[in-house]
Amino acid sequence: MAQMKFMCDAERCIECNGCVTACKNANDVEWGIQRRRVVTLNDGEADEMSISVACMHCDDAPCMAVCPTDCFYKTDDGIVLHDKDLCIGCGYCLYACPFGAPQFPQQNAFGERGKMDKCTFCAGGPAESKEEEYEKYGANRIAEGKLPLCAEMCSTKALLAGDAQEVADIFRQRVVHRGHEDGAWSNNQRASADNLAYDAARKG
Amino acid sequence: MNLIRSDLWRWLCLALALVATLGFTQLAMAQADPEREMTTAAPAIDADQWRQVRSGETGANYRDSRAESNYNLINSSGESWRQWRNRWVSPFGLIVIGGMIGIIVLFYLIIGRKDLEEPRTGRKLLRWPLFMRALHWSVASLFIVLALTGLNLLFGKFVFRGLFGDAFWGWMVSSSKLLHNYLGPIFGILLVVLLVSLIKDNLPKKHDLEWFKKGGGMVGKGHVDAGFANGGEKAWYWLLATVGLLVIASGFVLDFPNFGQGRDTMQWANIIHAVGALGLTAVSFGHIYIGTLGTEASLEGMTTGYVDEAWAKEHHNLWYEEVKDQALSEEEVAAQKGTKGSGDAAPSQPS
Repeated sequence: MAQMKFMCDAERCIECNGCVTACKNANDVEWGIQRRRVVTLNDGEADEMSISVACMHCDDAPCMAVCPTDCFYKTDDGIVLHDKDLCIGCGYCLYACPFGAPQFPQQNAFGERGKMDKCTFCAGGPAESKEEEYEKYGANRIAEGKLPLCAEMCSTKALLAGDAQEVADIFRQRVVHRGHEDGAWSNNQRASADNLAYDAARKG
Repeated sequence: MNLIRSDLWRWLCLALALVATLGFTQLAMAQADPEREMTTAAPAIDADQWRQVRSGETGANYRDSRAESNYNLINSSGESWRQWRNRWVSPFGLIVIGGMIGIIVLFYLIIGRKDLEEPRTGRKLLRWPLFMRALHWSVASLFIVLALTGLNLLFGKFVFRGLFGDAFWGWMVSSSKLLHNYLGPIFGILLVVLLVSLIKDNLPKKHDLEWFKKGGGMVGKGHVDAGFANGGEKAWYWLLATVGLLVIASGFVLDFPNFGQGRDTMQWANIIHAVGALGLTAVSFGHIYIGTLGTEASLEGMTTGYVDEAWAKEHHNLWYEEVKDQALSEEEVAAQKGTKGSGDAAPSQPS
């Protein structure tokens, strides 16, 4: 079985926010919630970099571990989904998540959280019918054999989605092609001993 | 005119072609020569940058495309919170609560109820007027509901989801959260009222030290002195006045996320809330045991408002000395309740 993963190649991301828009559009995400976000570090400086973040569908997902209702589950494809019928809006998944992925509609009094919403890797979620699934979780493109729209629409192919092995292969090729001596990890202590990427580029 | 236009077009096409060729050669050269690419490419994202991300430090030129997002790129405290909660608070909470129940059961089985040493005299002293009783039972019922719903939020999924299935479990846990979140603030306010009303009786005195040294009378012979509240009751009072208030304060932080408090604040609040509440729940078992099964004639003070002289003399001798001349016969108590409503008489507490 595949292990679905996102990967954002920060050297390619141009902060166009196309993924954010694609996601909102594909999933009809409710007002005030934005499942994907683009973060830019050192904006306007020489070492500016941007990265698109959403749920990373962790192998050992912290949200899953802390949920009081046990509403999360992992699909066979390694996608972390949750059941909105069980969600009580306690916010624990948000406390635990490394990526700020879970979000809550807050239209109730006292800031009481509604049912959590997060990226589903365009894989929908548990529901009785297709309509209900779309209403609650958005598109189920995986069921149609398609990858998440954010990655498919990415104009620079910075954002990759798919089986972890394939995503890793694509990124590895890029690193080799870029020919950084240290495999794109500067200040690598073992750079001189471990410069496989550099050698491969030379030979090619 | 036409001539000039076509001339212009020719020049434009030529220029375009030139630029395009130049561009392609540049591209081809770059592809062929990684070293050249390295010198012209944007600097690689290095480990230091990821370290900065992980530290949570955002800097002035940090941008997040999400509206009103106050999150950094990577929330590394989340994992610590998870470990604290799942590896320490949950298991040790269970041990503390289960241990407390075990100790009380053993204590009851081995040592048993503390019976009155002298027979009842039949004369009654007013200990808890109606207002205090109403306050106590309101706080007590809310405490029990909050403890049960809180325990369900922490441990329920391990038991009830498998037992009842998703539909009932979903209802059970969402009503737990609603009850917990809406009754919590009421409990908080009432507990503060309770603490304020009782502070005078619970100020520490010298004889309380003696009370603790003798384990409330369990160590050594003879009685230990106690005023209106004995050492143990005062300890419970001050536990509620410190840990209790901390639990309430952290509960408010968690219950009202609309004041812009961040994840980190709520993680801390959650740990403090859980540790404090589990501790209080464990100690409350002691309080409940002593007030009901553990001591003869204790509960009636909080149900009827009156206690027997014999009980007062044995458990609160200093208070008894102060109020003994206010003792009423059972007929007088009945008359009091009949005419004035239950227990509206002035409390026989030392002023």
